[in-house]
Amino acid sequence: MQNAIRASSAQIVTVSVRRESAGGKTGDAFWKLIRELDVTVLPNTAGCRTVREAVTTAKLARELFGTPWIKLEVIADNDTLQPDVVGLVEAATILIKDGFEVFPYCTEDLSVATRLVDAGCKVVMPWAAPIGSAKGIINREALKLLRDRLSDITLVVDAGIGAPSHAAEALELGYDAVLLNTAIAKAADPVGMANAFRLGVEAGRAAYEAGLMEARDFASPSTPVVGTPFWHAVS
Amino acid sequence: MRVIVNGEEREISSSSVGALLGELDYEGTHFAIALNYDVVPKSRWAETEIKSGDEIEIITPRQGG
Repeated sequence: MQNAIRASSAQIVTVSVRRESAGGKTGDAFWKLIRELDVTVLPNTAGCRTVREAVTTAKLARELFGTPWIKLEVIADNDTLQPDVVGLVEAATILIKDGFEVFPYCTEDLSVATRLVDAGCKVVMPWAAPIGSAKGIINREALKLLRDRLSDITLVVDAGIGAPSHAAEALELGYDAVLLNTAIAKAADPVGMANAFRLGVEAGRAAYEAGLMEARDFASPSTPVVGTPFWHAVS
Repeated sequence: MRVIVNGEEREISSSSVGALLGELDYEGTHFAIALNYDVVPKSRWAETEIKSGDEIEIITPRQGG
């Protein structure tokens, strides 16, 4: 895990919280591994299904990690793991009032994202596809719209990324970052894949900064028409 | 008295959160504690009382997100 994180050049790592059994040392061992890396920790409320669970978990995470940053997840369904957008906005509002910097995991819906921003979120993290599904960006048009309308907000594509090309696509759209785990964890060579993702993100960002051309419906020749051999005017 | 620790019913004799950690053999300090959905900061573990029927969550960092 440590080698993959280093190979990815990730600057932020998200970390969950879970129950520790008596006599267990899982938490200590894992935390030691994370602290050895040169990364900023972003705790999350993975697994929370209600506002109360999410808000309490965020406060527990703040105690543990000493940071006001929280990736906020309020989950509506066990199969799709999709955000409960109503609960998400409610929990974000409560947590922001309590001094948290909330990074909400949300859908691609503009109205939800706008409510999160109005509640005080400076970061919005829409999904590409369901968590761990590796499908890449399903609703490209919606993500483009978010980037266009929320131009002052830090936007991160979070969930459903499966390949470096998906990450490159997100960065090409102007997104500020991508957040992923499964695509690297489940690769045949996680460290190699982490490196590939680093390259994908770099390529996507460089392309965005270089100014991508617009797609078009009809062909447009790249060689000039004038001077084409054997060409005759048609009358 | 009976309390619920991490979702399981337990019979315990401790009357404070701090004592409970010792009674249940929790070593180290990298935990956060919630008592009935209220977070108890480490500085208050020793003085925070537990009553019968209380729900306590003892949590720690974990991979994933």
